[in-house]
Formats: sequence, C-alpha cells, structure tokens
Amino acid sequence: MGARAILSFLLKRIALSIVTLFLLSIMVFLGGQVLPGNVGRAILGPLADQRAVDALNHSLGLDRPLLVQYWDWISHFVQGDMGTSYIFRAPVAPFVIDALGNSMKLALVAFIMVVPLGILGGIIAALNVNRPIDRIISLGGLSATVLPEFVTGIIFILLFGVWLNWLPIAAVWPPGSGVFTQIYYLILPALPLFLVLFGYIARMARSGMIEALDADYTRTAVLKGLPWHTVIWRHVLRNALLPTITVIATQTGYLIGGLVVVETLFRYQGIGSLIFTAARGKDFPVLEAGILTIGIIYAVATLIADLLYSVLNPRIRLGTDQ
Amino acid sequence: MTDLSTPNALELHHLSVAYRVGGRNRAVLRDLSLTIRPGEAYGLVGESGCGKSTVALSVVRYLPRNGVITAGEIALVGHNVMKLDNESLRRMRAESVSMVYQDPGKALNPSIRIGRQMTEIFELRGISDQAAVDQAISMLNRVRISDPIRVMQRYPHQLSGGMQQRVGIAMALASDPTMLILDEPTTGLDATVEAEVLDLIAKLRQELSASILFISHNLAVVSRMCDRVGVLYAGMLVEEGTTAEVFNNPRHPYTVALLRCLPRGGQRKDQIRLDTIPGFLPAPGATITGCPFADRCALADSRCHNELPPLHDLGGRLSRCHYHERAQDLPRTTPGSIAAAPAAHGREPVLRIKDLNKTYAAHGHALRAVNDVSLDLMPGQTLGLVGESGSGKTTFARLLLGLVPADSGGSMQLDGQPLASKLESRSADQVKAMQIVFQNPDSALNRAHSIRHIMGRALRTLAGLKGAAQQKRLIELVRSVRLTERHLSVKPRQLSGGLKQRVAIARAFAGDPRIVVCDEPTSALDVSVQAAILNLLADLQTKEHVSYIFISHDLAVVRYLSDHIAVLYLGRIMEIGPSERVFSGPHHPYTEALLSAVPKLDETEPSRVRLDGEIPSAVNPPSGCVFHTRCPRKIGAICEEQEPPLFDSEPEHRIRCHIPFEELARLQKKQEVIPA
Amino acid sequence: MTATDIKQPDLPAPPIKHSPAMEVVAALGRSGSFITGLVIVVFWVLCALFGEYFTPHDPLADDIINALMPPSADNWFGTDQLGRDVFSRVIVGSRDILTVAPLATLLATIAGTTLGLFTGYFRGLVDDVISRILEAFMAIPVVIVALLAIVALGTSKTTVIIVIGLSFAPIIARTVRSAVLSERELDYVAAAQLRRESALHTMFVEILPNVIPPILVETTVRLGYAIFAVATLSFMGFGIQPPSPDWGLSISSNYGMIGGGFWWTVLFDAFAIASLVIGVNLVADGVQGALND
Repeated sequence: MGARAILSFLLKRIALSIVTLFLLSIMVFLGGQVLPGNVGRAILGPLADQRAVDALNHSLGLDRPLLVQYWDWISHFVQGDMGTSYIFRAPVAPFVIDALGNSMKLALVAFIMVVPLGILGGIIAALNVNRPIDRIISLGGLSATVLPEFVTGIIFILLFGVWLNWLPIAAVWPPGSGVFTQIYYLILPALPLFLVLFGYIARMARSGMIEALDADYTRTAVLKGLPWHTVIWRHVLRNALLPTITVIATQTGYLIGGLVVVETLFRYQGIGSLIFTAARGKDFPVLEAGILTIGIIYAVATLIADLLYSVLNPRIRLGTDQ
Repeated sequence: MTDLSTPNALELHHLSVAYRVGGRNRAVLRDLSLTIRPGEAYGLVGESGCGKSTVALSVVRYLPRNGVITAGEIALVGHNVMKLDNESLRRMRAESVSMVYQDPGKALNPSIRIGRQMTEIFELRGISDQAAVDQAISMLNRVRISDPIRVMQRYPHQLSGGMQQRVGIAMALASDPTMLILDEPTTGLDATVEAEVLDLIAKLRQELSASILFISHNLAVVSRMCDRVGVLYAGMLVEEGTTAEVFNNPRHPYTVALLRCLPRGGQRKDQIRLDTIPGFLPAPGATITGCPFADRCALADSRCHNELPPLHDLGGRLSRCHYHERAQDLPRTTPGSIAAAPAAHGREPVLRIKDLNKTYAAHGHALRAVNDVSLDLMPGQTLGLVGESGSGKTTFARLLLGLVPADSGGSMQLDGQPLASKLESRSADQVKAMQIVFQNPDSALNRAHSIRHIMGRALRTLAGLKGAAQQKRLIELVRSVRLTERHLSVKPRQLSGGLKQRVAIARAFAGDPRIVVCDEPTSALDVSVQAAILNLLADLQTKEHVSYIFISHDLAVVRYLSDHIAVLYLGRIMEIGPSERVFSGPHHPYTEALLSAVPKLDETEPSRVRLDGEIPSAVNPPSGCVFHTRCPRKIGAICEEQEPPLFDSEPEHRIRCHIPFEELARLQKKQEVIPA
Repeated sequence: MTATDIKQPDLPAPPIKHSPAMEVVAALGRSGSFITGLVIVVFWVLCALFGEYFTPHDPLADDIINALMPPSADNWFGTDQLGRDVFSRVIVGSRDILTVAPLATLLATIAGTTLGLFTGYFRGLVDDVISRILEAFMAIPVVIVALLAIVALGTSKTTVIIVIGLSFAPIIARTVRSAVLSERELDYVAAAQLRRESALHTMFVEILPNVIPPILVETTVRLGYAIFAVATLSFMGFGIQPPSPDWGLSISSNYGMIGGGFWWTVLFDAFAIASLVIGVNLVADGVQGALND
C-alpha cells in the first residue's frame, strides 16, 4: 500500500514537472526568438544591409511560422540536439554538457560545505533562541544571503588570494590535476555561494527546530523523563529537519543563478559563464539551451526533494486509512 | 514538614507564577497552596485564563520560556521540585509524575510509531527489547485497546481521537507514577468518546494507586471524577472542599454564580433566564488589592475591595470570602423572569426542507455528509441540531444558507416560496432572511475593520440603509445586544470573546432576518459568558420573532433554547421531535446513549449506556441502520441489513429505529436516565 | 415592544486593549536591528539625494595622469583607472540603484499582490493555470530570467525595472496566495458572501487588509534582493550603464586589475553595496519581528 501510494505520488509529481518545463520552454522560446524582434538585425547590427539580414534570418530558419520554429526547436531539444551556436557555428549540446559537468563540481563543493554547516548553525541557533549566539547566526546568515556573490567574491579574492595568498584567485587548474587539486581551486569560488546558501538553510533549520521544540510531542517526550539528547535525536530532529530538505532542493535554482556571476568572476568554464558569454554575444541558441537545462536541473532537484520528503513523512507515506 | 512514612502526593506552598511579557512580570498564579493526599483525586476548576494549566506545568517544571516561579514551593512526593538538579528532575519525571494532555493528536510524535513511543518509557527503567514490547502491549490492553499489536505498528495520525487519548493515558501510566496530572483530558472529544475515556480513567483509578490532579473547565466532569475540588479564580484558590460540598453547598460567591450560569435540570427559555456573572476577569498581571472577585460580586462592600480575604477554614473546607456564610444569598444579576410570554406562532412553517442531500467527493470516494434530511421550522421557534463529529450538522447549516450547494433532488421552501440551493440564485429578500452566527467570533469578524465598519456594511447591504438612517439603526442594533456606542470605534481584537459574539449576533440581525442559524455560538466561550449569550438569543427571539436553527454539542444548552430537536448521526436524522419529548423519552438508542454520556452535576450514581467502538467514517457508512455498529439495543440481522424508516412514534415525534416505540419505552424505563 | 423594554444589565468597561497598529510601531522602535538598518538605509538615501553637493571631487571627472593612485589625503579612497576620485564616486554611487530597485520592488508588489489575491480567492482552474506558469517562472533564477529578457529587449533602466519587477512578482504572489488561502477559510468571508458582496469587494476590502503584514515583510525582503539583482546585472554589464558611478558597474570595470594590487578601486564599492543590502535586510528583519509578535 505504501509503495503504491508513493508510486502514484511520483507519477503525478513527474507529470506536473513536465507541465512546468513545457511552460518554461515556451517562455524561453519567446524570450530567445520572439522578444528580440529581428534576430538577424540584432546580430548583424543596425548598419548591416537588409538583404544580408534577411539571408541570415532565412538560414537560421527564423522566417518560418512561430509554431513551426517552436516545434522544430523543442523536438530537437528533447532528442539531445540543442541547435547550432550563432557564434561558434557548432552544435550547442557539447558546450552545454561540458559546462554543466564543471558547474556540477563547483556546486557540489559548495553544497558539501553548506548543507551540514547550515543545518548545524540552525540547530545551534534554535537551541539558544534569542541568546547572542542565535542572533549572530540568524542575522549574520540572513545578511549573507543578500550579499551579491560578486561583492563577497571580490572581498574573498582580495583577502585569501591577494593579501594572504592562500588560495588561487582563478579557478583554472593545470591540465590533468587530481580531485584534491581541483577542490583546492574551487574553494574560493564556492565561498560566495556558501554565504548565500548558509543563511537560507540555517534559517529553515532553525525555524523547524523551534517549532519542533515547542511542539506538544516534545513536551510529552521531556515529561516522560527521557534524557535530553534522546529527546533531541529521536523526537525533535526528524520532525524539525523535514521541511529543510525541500528548501535545500529549491536552493539549487538560486545556486545556479549565482554560478553565472561566480564563474565569470573566477574565470571558470561552467554553465553560468557559458550563459554569460552567450548573452554578451546574443547567441540565442546557447542561451536558450543553457536556461532550459537549468530548468531541468531545478525540476529534477525539487522532484527528488519531494520524493524524499514523502518517504520520510509517514503522514504522506501512509495517508489516513480510517 | 512532611510525614516521612507516606508523604503527600503533591503540596503547593504559597506558589506564585508569572509570565514575562514586554519586560514586565504578569502574575498568573497568586499565593496558591493546596495538598493532594496519597491516592486522592483532586479537581482544579476555573474558567480560561485562571491559571489552571500553569499549575500543571509548574509541578513538572515545564513552564514556557517566559514563565517564572516568583515565590513558593512545590513538593512532589516529599521532594522539593524547584531544588532538583537536571538529572533528579528527569528521574522524577520518569518515575513519579506523569501527565495526560488536552490535545492527544499533538501530544504524540507524528513520525514515530506508537509502539516505539511506548517502549521507550520501559527502556528508561532498564527493560529492553521483547520485554518492553510485552509490557507495552499489556499496558495498551489495560486501557482497553482491543488490538494492541496492530496499534503498536501505527502512527498517531492513523488513530482516532479517542484511541490517541487512550494511548496517551497508557503512556502516562506506563511508569506507574505516584502522581498523575490530567490536563483537560477529554476536552475536544465527542460526548460518547469522552464518556468512554472518563469511564476508563475512573476504572484505572481503582486498579492503580496514583493520586490524581484533574484539571478541567467542566464542572460536571470534575464532580464525576474527583474526591475534592479547588476553584481557581484569577490565579487564586477561592474555594476548596469535597466535591459534593463545593458543588451542592458552595461557600464562595464565584462558585455560586458559576453554578447558576449553567442551564440545569431541564431549564428552558420560556421559564427562566440564566443568571450571569457581570464584568470581566481581571487582566493577567493586574494588581489586585482586595478580593479578586469583588468587582463582579453583588455581595461586595468596601472591605472586599480593599482587603484580600484570607482562606477561611470552615472545617475541612476553605473559602476565600469575607462573607462566606452569606455566599449563597448572592442576588441574581439577571432577573430570572421573562419579559413577555412568547406570542402565538403561525401554523405555517417558515422553512420547509424535503429530502436534502449533500455528497462530497473525497479521495475518489463519495462522502454523503447529509442524507435525506427533511424537517420543518416554525416561525419564532428554535430547532436544535444535536450530533457528534461527522453527523453533518455544520454541513446542513451551510446548505440552508446556500454557502454550499445541495445535491439536486431535494427541495427547500422559505415562507412557502422555493429556495434555490445556490446563494447566487436566491432573491435579495431570501438572502437577508437567513443569516448565521458562527462558532468563533475571531474568525467571523474581520479583524481589519472597526465594529462600526463591520456593522455599517451589514446594514448597508442587508437593510439597504445609508447615512443618518444607517447611524440610527446601527445604534439601536448595538444597544439591542447590550453593547454601547463606545464599542463602535474599536477593532474586534480589542474586545473580549463574549462582546465579540454580541457583535456577531447584532450583525446577523442587521437585515431583520426570518431565520438565524447559530452554529455552536457559545462553545468557544466560558460558561459565565455563555449564559449571557443564551439569554440574549432568547430575548431577541421573543422580541424579533425570529426562528433559530441552533447547533450545539452541549445538550443542556440545546435544551434550554430549543422548541424542537433533531438528533443527527452520520448525516441522517435519527430522531426528531418536540424538545421535551426527545429529552424525556422514550428515545432513539443513540439519543439515549448521548444523553447518558454527558456528565451531569446533579447526577447521583452514574448509570451509563455504553457505546462500543468508534464513530464510523461517513465515506463508508455501515449497512442497514448506520448506528448498528455501536448500538447497545441492536435486535438482530435486520439492523445490519435494512435501514429503518423515520417512524412516527407519537405526534410530531419521529424515531429511526427498528424497535417499536412501545418496546423502546419499556426498555428505557428500567434504566431511568436522568435528563440533562 | 422595543429594545429598551428588555432589562439591560450594566455593562462595565470592556477590557479594551491597545490598537494593533500602535503595538507594531512600538515594537519597531524597540527593535535594534530595525533602527540600525534604518540608519544605514537613510544614510545612503541622503547620499544619493544630496551627495553631489559635498563630494570633494567631481565623480565623473577623468584625470588620467593621476590614475590608479592609492588612498591619500586628497583622494581618500584613491583613484580608479581613469583617475576619478573613488570616494566621490562611492558617495553618489547609490543614485541609480536606489531608484531602479525600489521601483522594481513596487512593481513586483503590486503585480504579485493582485495575482496572489485572484489565484488565492478563486482557486480552481484560474489558480491551477496561473500557479503553474508562476512555478515555471520560479524554476529559473531571477538573474538568469532577467539576463534573457534584457538581452532580448536591450538594456535600459526601464527594462531593468520591468524585468526585475516581473521576475519578483511570482514570489510575492506565492506569499500572498498562501495568506489568502488561509484567510478565505475564515468565517468573515462566508459572512461577506451571505451579504452578497462582490468578489472584488471581498478580495480588496475584506481580505486584503488582513494580508498586509505578510506583504509588507515580503516587500522589504524583496527590496534587498532587488538591490542584489540590480547590482549583479550591472556587474555583468546588463544593468546600469556607464558613465554612472554605480557601485556594481565600478567593480565590473576595475576588478580585472585586483591581481595587480589595486584593491581600492573595488573594495570600497563592495563595502558600500554590502552595507546597503545588509541595512535593508536589517529593516526587513525588524519589520518581520514586529509583525509576528
């Protein structure tokens, strides 16, 4: 019964994700191929000859009806063909896949740092509610989330890269470097991302903890005479941290948004800098492919989070079978 | 200080507790002393805000973060609770004292199986693995859970409220405590379930040796469960004595007044108005110079206002009143007499309902919340709707008002005119002819608007009044619910619960309605406030000649206000008839059980009709008579196979039962149920 | 018979409590983070309005000979690669961001509140469809949505305002919607229906005043993120355009040289942005604390 409930939940959830991605693809398509008006003109500039513009538009297939263009684009996309870059004159997919791989490395380093520390920070804050340590973690974390990555990035580069000279200021490692060297190069770029995410995760963990600590069931557990650590481990933590799982997943989106800046700042070849370069050069196929890829990553991450949440939460897993 | 051989289970010595709010200490308990002897059951009663739950939390040292014990001592089984270090405190909680909580659904951990939550208690005492499981099972057996092994595998949300509370009681008793604290353990449970839980507690008391501190707002429940009782008012003990003494022969004006507020012994709106307690509880933290009750007491003189009365010892009982010997001479604050005899009513019903049904779709199942309900409502009369959760009474009210559309097929008539099931299809006159007073005024009044705005808007849309005419009527209306113009400029949040409910009532009367639906209008209020609201509703009915559909789970309240009563169970009318006939019987076995389930102050010996099992789900109602699964008078296969018709048993009195009326009369005579 | 015929028991003074709005103001006054944040924000607003009157140098004047001078008595924060006085530029550098970000937030609040009220009130199909679209929007980080839109439409302050405003609208709409959904269950909405109030009246007169607190909190929080987003876009070259002394823009044109030790060209701008967003955030924290008490 449990497995079937989860399966039907999963199928429903996947269907919803697909709808969301479909809508997103329309928006991306509109943004990349309709809003700019005349793409050929946008690429060639205001001084180019009208015939050259028309020819370019024709060769890019931009003189066909919108529906045809959309269908052509999306049907190729789902088969892995992301179109041809205007700038590189080469298929987009390999660029996106390479960049995505690099970005994953950076994101992973940031996540490995921030998830345990953020949760720990939230727990410490909640156990010391309204004491100084709580205010420092809460307000500090909250402030860190609104600091733009390029601001903290610049400060870290100056501090650790230029003045202290501890860490390399560009995330460009020598070819053939091992895992640890790569991580060494990625620590500095991961720090601004860490700061942004720390506040979110700590705040969520803190409020979840406070809610669980104030809950009636915690009172029951304490008044049973259970030792404090048993109360926390067995009764509080599980209920407190369930909502945090969802938050961590939704933060993947923001993480990737931060990548655009961080990768540019640290000259790192990831999906963020790919999008940035494409935006600079008005390379719409690359831009669209990059954005839709990010959407897919986000959809998959929230899907996993929801699934995890429902597996861990007996209320959803078992329903009420009265 | 304490007798070493058998120390008292609990002693409070001059306990004062305060909550820190906005940098100031607000006193909640003031100089509270009481003693609970070994094996004794002590009841603590009082209205909301009197500090009764704070007593419980102080004893187990689990006050909220801002709670501080400002003076006094607590001795639990001879140990000074406040001097215990963390480890001794933990051991005391594990070994000596247990608590049962008001909201069992929240008191159990939602993500841990019942079994684990039980066994961890035994593990604390060094019993592990299989032995702990066996002990847990025997404990669950003890609280009459029929299939403990299955229940151990469940999560709390998979159990009904009554089951959850049984588990809560099992958990509390698992450590074999010396002191058991029950904090409103049955509040929020349905009447028949409450009765089961109270029976269980009473029975367990005989089996176990624990002393009991029973905290409740419900005087009747305490009178049934406890040997001695203490009455709390504004954080002070105002009276204490044996249950029988305090409730039959009270010696403090507050207790006297409180007992008079309850509709008892079959009082009815056309005989007497209920007495009320004027004024308000002192605000938490207010400085009290004299007697805390003086402002509201008709016996009070200048001595009462200036000098705090001591707890007079009246030979085994206590009263904190200067004039305790005269307490029962407390004059009525509300005249008991009725302003005018009810006018002769018309013979044509104002509302005629035929075969009303409502089906909801719930998770792919059809849930029939209201099932073939037919009834008439006479002008100027009250129809009481009684039933437990899932009976469909609130859905029925919403159908009448058009807030939810009924299934097609049935019919409604207002003053002989067809009444559409959808609100949008009703005429303007029909819309304003039917209004509602909701249960919770905090939800019913828009907290963003002033009382003037709320009332003005109702007058404008329902009565079509503007400008000066609106102002004039507004003031009339406000006075008719005994508020003053001073109340117009404030927002709902700035008024007490009773005053808010008056505003809600005034709003319902803005458009001169023909029918007002009252959906549990007093169940969120304290009894002293409830009495005033019931009086007001009765007076308004006499004056405005309005009809009420009065929904309540409190049978005494329904009886006071109703001319006719319909008893609902799983969306069906099980019994309907004139109020006195329904109460005096013979009645449907379900009505019989419901009546006997309610604890009564006047009750001498509890002879109860027991109901087995849980209220079935409306998604999957039992076959045949829907009550057969719990019916103590089930006669055989016919009950399981055939749904009985609503049978005319005497004029106007109809019962849905296979047992013939005469047979019901014979069966129920033997057991002489004392009415509410 | 009339109302006065019924014997009226005396009604003593009701326990009238303080008005809710006053309590919020009082709580704000007690909040250390709110006061601190407010001081910082007001400082930058004053600099934006009147900074040009007391800057020691013209923030836009090139002086190539004195380019990249370290901080000195004359140039407190040094000079940038065109020899412009960094201190003067930092003082007036908030001007554009403090117009663009608040306007974008205002747009987001108005659009988001309206969307949230409609989706929360009507539920059903309208809600499902709009919610799906909003969620699709939120699947992509705001900075990237803005990037795409600005590349497509071309950069201008108006575009940045509209794009950021519309990107934030779904987030505010989500907050408003969930608040409206719980308000809708309250009986005063049913009471309004029983008076046959129009949907618009119920939404805007009955429900809206009760969801103002979460809107207020969300708006102040969003303002912080709007500054974040505008600064980031400017840094990437898609926001505020030269020759504005904007902080993000200055960092963008100078950070390439920090390897060479010219830290003063970027550090002061970085601190300026940091102080502004933190200030706004402290205000948001204070507002949230005061409204949740």
